[in-house]
Amino acid sequence: MTKNLRVKSSEYIDETNRISFKFNGKTYHGFKGDTLASALLANDVHLVGRSFKYHRPRGIMTSGSEEPNAIVQINPGTNRTEPNVRATEVEIYEGLEASSQNCWPSVEFDIGGINNFLSPFFPAGFYYKTFMWPASFWEKYEFFIRHSAGLGKSPTSSDPDIYDHRNIHCDVLVVGAGISGILAAKNAAKNNFRTLLVDEKNELGGSTIFENNEFNKIDNKTPSEWLKKEIEKLKNIKNLEIKTRTSVAAYHQYNYLLARENLTDHLEAKDKTNKIRQRLLKIRAKKVILATGALERPLIFNNNDRPGIMLSSAIKKYSEFYGVACGSKNVFFTNNDSAYESAISLYNKGINVEAIIDIREQSESKIVKKVKEAGIKIYWSHSIVDTTGYKRLNSISIMKLSNDGTSVTGSKISISCDCLGVAGGWTPAVHLYTQSGSKLKFDEEKKVFLPNQNTSEQISVGSCGGDFKIDEIIKNLNQKIKDTLNINETDLDGIKVEIDQENSKRNIWLLPSDKPIGKTKPFVDYQNDATAKDIKLALREGFRSIEHVKRYTTTGMGTDQGKLGNMHALGIIADTAGVKMGELGTTTFRPPYTPLTFGTIVGRNVGKFFDIFRRTPMNDWHVENKAEFENVGQWKRAWYYPINGETMHQAVQRESKAARESAGILDASTLGKIDIQGSDASEFLNRVYTNAWSKLAIGKCRYGLMLNEDGMVYDDGVTTRLGENHYIMTTTTGGAANVLGKLEDYLQTEWPELDVYLTSVTDHYATASLCGPNSKKILKKIIPDLDLSDENFPHMSFKESKIGNVQCRIMRISFTGEHSYEINVQASYGKDLWEKCIEAGKEFNITPYGTETMHLLRAEKGFIIVGQDTDGTMTPIDLQMDWIVSKKKYDFIGKRSLYRSDTMREDRKQLVGLLTDDPNIVLEEGAQIVSKLNQSPVEMLGHVTSSYFSPNLKKSIALAVVRGGKDMMGKKLFVPMENKNINVTVANPIFYDEKNERLNA
Amino acid sequence: MFLINCPYCGERDQQEFKAGGEAHIERPKQPTELSDDEWAEYLFMRKNIKGVQFERWNHAHGCRKWFNMIRDTSNDEIKAIYKMGEKPPSQ
Ligand SMILES: [Zn+2]
Repeated sequence: MTKNLRVKSSEYIDETNRISFKFNGKTYHGFKGDTLASALLANDVHLVGRSFKYHRPRGIMTSGSEEPNAIVQINPGTNRTEPNVRATEVEIYEGLEASSQNCWPSVEFDIGGINNFLSPFFPAGFYYKTFMWPASFWEKYEFFIRHSAGLGKSPTSSDPDIYDHRNIHCDVLVVGAGISGILAAKNAAKNNFRTLLVDEKNELGGSTIFENNEFNKIDNKTPSEWLKKEIEKLKNIKNLEIKTRTSVAAYHQYNYLLARENLTDHLEAKDKTNKIRQRLLKIRAKKVILATGALERPLIFNNNDRPGIMLSSAIKKYSEFYGVACGSKNVFFTNNDSAYESAISLYNKGINVEAIIDIREQSESKIVKKVKEAGIKIYWSHSIVDTTGYKRLNSISIMKLSNDGTSVTGSKISISCDCLGVAGGWTPAVHLYTQSGSKLKFDEEKKVFLPNQNTSEQISVGSCGGDFKIDEIIKNLNQKIKDTLNINETDLDGIKVEIDQENSKRNIWLLPSDKPIGKTKPFVDYQNDATAKDIKLALREGFRSIEHVKRYTTTGMGTDQGKLGNMHALGIIADTAGVKMGELGTTTFRPPYTPLTFGTIVGRNVGKFFDIFRRTPMNDWHVENKAEFENVGQWKRAWYYPINGETMHQAVQRESKAARESAGILDASTLGKIDIQGSDASEFLNRVYTNAWSKLAIGKCRYGLMLNEDGMVYDDGVTTRLGENHYIMTTTTGGAANVLGKLEDYLQTEWPELDVYLTSVTDHYATASLCGPNSKKILKKIIPDLDLSDENFPHMSFKESKIGNVQCRIMRISFTGEHSYEINVQASYGKDLWEKCIEAGKEFNITPYGTETMHLLRAEKGFIIVGQDTDGTMTPIDLQMDWIVSKKKYDFIGKRSLYRSDTMREDRKQLVGLLTDDPNIVLEEGAQIVSKLNQSPVEMLGHVTSSYFSPNLKKSIALAVVRGGKDMMGKKLFVPMENKNINVTVANPIFYDEKNERLNA
Repeated sequence: MFLINCPYCGERDQQEFKAGGEAHIERPKQPTELSDDEWAEYLFMRKNIKGVQFERWNHAHGCRKWFNMIRDTSNDEIKAIYKMGEKPPSQ
């Protein structure tokens, strides 16, 4: 049954390189240079898929990226599989496999095809109207939709390929390498503009490269001959980079464009490995020249979607470029002369053309005369009213059009055919143009939207700018290039162009049938199965805005964004509603122009590069000692150090006891550190912290609380005065960058008069926090000549010293309530410092502890963690930290907000301690707190913010925020959980060593 | 993606910058003198104009300097960029 429709050798097809590939499990042959579409057509395969809603058999319609129907799954079942790929864009290679989508069980027998016969029940808005109710039916709907309407399958294993990103800065970017793009790029580069020319195809030349109409001549050559010579000349031009297989996906503001360069999709599997598959080009161009061409329009008539019905221009390309005849009995249906060029192209290759149906009354151009001379029957003023053939077109019926074009008359003529080329004129590809924010204007005469108001330095040349004939193209291109590049001469000056003049046009958006519209299927959006009937129904139901009609009928909402039929949809709306198309506007085209793979979007940012992470200088030690890690911001912090198969709970209990009973050590390197210098440093701290700083002596440390201007706690930490005009501030690990940003903001924009300089030194220092009753003895062993007495080195003070030859800063400060020291050394000595501490602490059973134990120890002391016990709605008063808010200072960030009526409410949520009546029950963090049981709805008083089992107190402890909690000391409350209610009592949040006696132990 | 001309570094990609809200809102010198309403006006109320808007921007991943921008939010045209403390140029 398989026929060979390869008609004549083509210079773009390498017939010595025969390639076998599989489609729907069957092996076919093509040649190097074929697309999947051309190779299938050469094997007489038209049926490639089923439509989305009605599951109607569909064939290949186009030869390019605008293809709505021939959407296939590439290499199904492999880790390289890709859904929703246009067969017209896939270059075949040995071993390629592809399969149809949206059909089950097969494209030949598709159970969903029943929808086609039920189609009267699938009107516009069907999904909205039907799947609304009842809600309990949703599972059934979902099953139905998923089984019968899948648009391909995503891969289930990880992607084996490498993807890349590249930034490109150029003077001129030319998008599209048809005749206009090539000439524009050549002249730009010759005039010393760094120029990048990109095209989505693998060959340069666009449609002109196979333009062999003998009546069109450039310098006495056919356009294709002439252009081939021009392409030859590009090779020797400096400043010109050419990228083929590169599709511009997005055109953003300020001439920022994203393009996908396809590097290996056309290669055999063995040649794909270890190569970059696709590269995202991030292009910033000073000037952009859009030469994106035009897309041929179909015609909208009854049953215009059968396999075998194609764009006339596609038939011409398959014949001229790929050497493939799309049918053996061809008919064309047209409203302009271009179908005649396609007919002659077939005729010259000996392919049978049965007839041309033309809705115009006549045309006198040379190409039309040539068709007449060839003996091809032309039906003037006729229209197709119906077609037949379920899986492949087998006949059309035509009738005479009335003068006004709204009805058909006379008797019906049936013509048998297996391929129909439709030619409805041309739509400039203005998708990228509108993405850039530039505005279109409707040209009533040409019936096209054309570039009108540019928002950046750009021009549209060639047919995307509205010039369709080669003489216009070259003349206007020449002037546009000169204006844009500001040059006086180009090599287009003096080119002689002769063209065949077309002298009649007729445009009918929706062609009439002898049947009432309700009985016809004139498809406007092939991919989403939207018909002219649906559009009219939407208008009848009251939709007016083009964007609403689009969503209601799903016109233009497929993966092709309705590249073929959108103009017809607009035309039908305009005609039906009696408005001008220019007033209607157009729907918005959104990036990407053609779909991008996720791989291209993420590039190298996968696996461990997905999000960067930071490690402390002691990290290797933690790894060697089997620490478990947790992510804190971008930091990897040691979480706990399990030994002998301990659970997290067991490890944390052990670490917590050791830190209080003897000695513990914590890697505190991740705390943010900001170096503050300048003669106004003290004044600056006064303004950013809630407490007073002017009187802090040199060598002393102080805890500070920082608010937002709204009075809410923002960050906290200890700041040390190193010198008269020199402080070092510590921040929370997660808040470091934001705190620096906020402080810089105030310094630069509100208080530029202050002499203060901020430098982030977080990464410059490594910090070991040594704590516990034996910490002093350990430090003494490391630095024997430092006087550690309480008189010389009391709590909340600082010493500069040396460990061996290494300079260090030691703060005697404590986040655990134990006697402790924070030792800071230059980061590169961090691991050395750590190991020295461990070695010196051995005799005291020094125990490394992680963040979990740190959290537990500080909770025993009732110390808050910003971001855990606070959430951006807590003031210092809410936290019962009134003591840290200076009453004397005139102003500080957030002060005024503490006196707003809302922040002074007595019934705000306040931080309290919670003790469970059963000391063994540990509350869940985030659990809700209520005062009444068995009431619905019940008032939520607050929630648990921190909760642990304290090994030192041998009971469960928790911190919580509770509405009016300050005055609830001793009150019984409840924490209702799924299966039980937990009885709790409000307590002082300082559970351990309330008098701070251990600090000096 | 804007191309922003940092007054200190020159033209850089928008990715390097952080937007900082409406410009020319001075922090009151004597907040305690203000009524709740006046303070709330400073604290919470910001314009969100379709059209020409005055904005603060920060070259966060560059020189870390703050500066002002006049931008037409309807088409994202950057009409002017000027340093902190400077008067907006007449457009
Ligand atoms: Zn800068």
